[in-house]
Amino acid sequence: MRFGIVVNEGPYTRQASDSAYLFAKAALAKGHEIFRVFFYHDGVNNGTRFTVPPQDDRNLQRLWSELAETHKLDLVVCIAAAQRRGILDANEAKRQGKDGDNIAPGFRISGLGQLIEAGIQADRLVVFGD
Amino acid sequence: MPTLHTVNKSPYERSSLESCLDHVAEGDSVLMFEDAVVGARRGGKFIATLKAERPSCALYVLGPDLAARGIKPADIAEGISVVDYGGFVDLAVANARVCAWL
Amino acid sequence: MSEQANRKKFLYVNRRAPYGTIYALESLEVVLIGAAFEQDVSLAFIDDGVYQLVAGQDTAGVGMKNFSKTYRALGDYEVRKLYVERESLAERGLTVEDLMPITYEDEDDDYAEKPSIHLTDRSEMARLIAEQDVILSF
Repeated sequence: MRFGIVVNEGPYTRQASDSAYLFAKAALAKGHEIFRVFFYHDGVNNGTRFTVPPQDDRNLQRLWSELAETHKLDLVVCIAAAQRRGILDANEAKRQGKDGDNIAPGFRISGLGQLIEAGIQADRLVVFGD
Repeated sequence: MPTLHTVNKSPYERSSLESCLDHVAEGDSVLMFEDAVVGARRGGKFIATLKAERPSCALYVLGPDLAARGIKPADIAEGISVVDYGGFVDLAVANARVCAWL
Repeated sequence: MSEQANRKKFLYVNRRAPYGTIYALESLEVVLIGAAFEQDVSLAFIDDGVYQLVAGQDTAGVGMKNFSKTYRALGDYEVRKLYVERESLAERGLTVEDLMPITYEDEDDDYAEKPSIHLTDRSEMARLIAEQDVILSF
């Protein structure tokens, strides 16, 4: 079966990103496909490579990036939500005149249409939030 | 085809579980996970609500979230099944849609 | 696959008051963007979500943009099914008179203005949820 996953909250304050990650991992382990993971609202904060959690804590950005690498997942960060919260890729940084970008490996920035498309293409859309 | 409803808030703190139970249809499943698992503990005041209001739907609770909060499977009220993340996935597959009560 | 075959029933579930969190605004953003995909769209306003449609919102004192007028434009985006839960209104001391009038022009009926807001009992809301393909909760 083909899943779409929505992550509405950032890492660490809420459990949403952890739950979504463990759900995604379990779905892949069962042989299901994940069409896309869409990060919305504060969820875009999962996609910055500048986080440095303590060494004895999980690094959610890295976990997502590694899962994306292993399973060729499409991790999409909502552009409007990302701009509000300072999540930029190289193109956006240049376009907005900012002096650096911070998007993590495996994540890409795109529009809300990608969320609708995930709803259309996936057999099940599962929302994790607060 | 029935619906999987997910609830992630403690019923002691928010009304999501109540709202969810107000909107389930016969044959639906309700999964309590994250902080919502505290509502599944035997002797808690929401057990009566869970059972009385919706006898026609299946109740589940996420094991890893129980364990993280020090709740043992034996502490769970009768009629609520414990599943792991794989079981969560299976529930999403077995139902036609997933409705999150955030 | 044809567009028709790809047409799904989308339900946007709104359960929070506006402004205290960004969810109401960002739900509206998805609805507007989603309109271009020509899906079968419904909006549900449950619990504090009914406050999103209350008339007379004035955000001058909180320094935020008032986006409530956008709901009135939804008809132009073919979003015409706004289901407001009757019990949620009543529990909060509200009636339908407290809501903004939201209408659309029915092109199949000589562009007659028709209400987009449908007062919906809790049990009907449960049925509405049960007939969806995709449920986006905010």
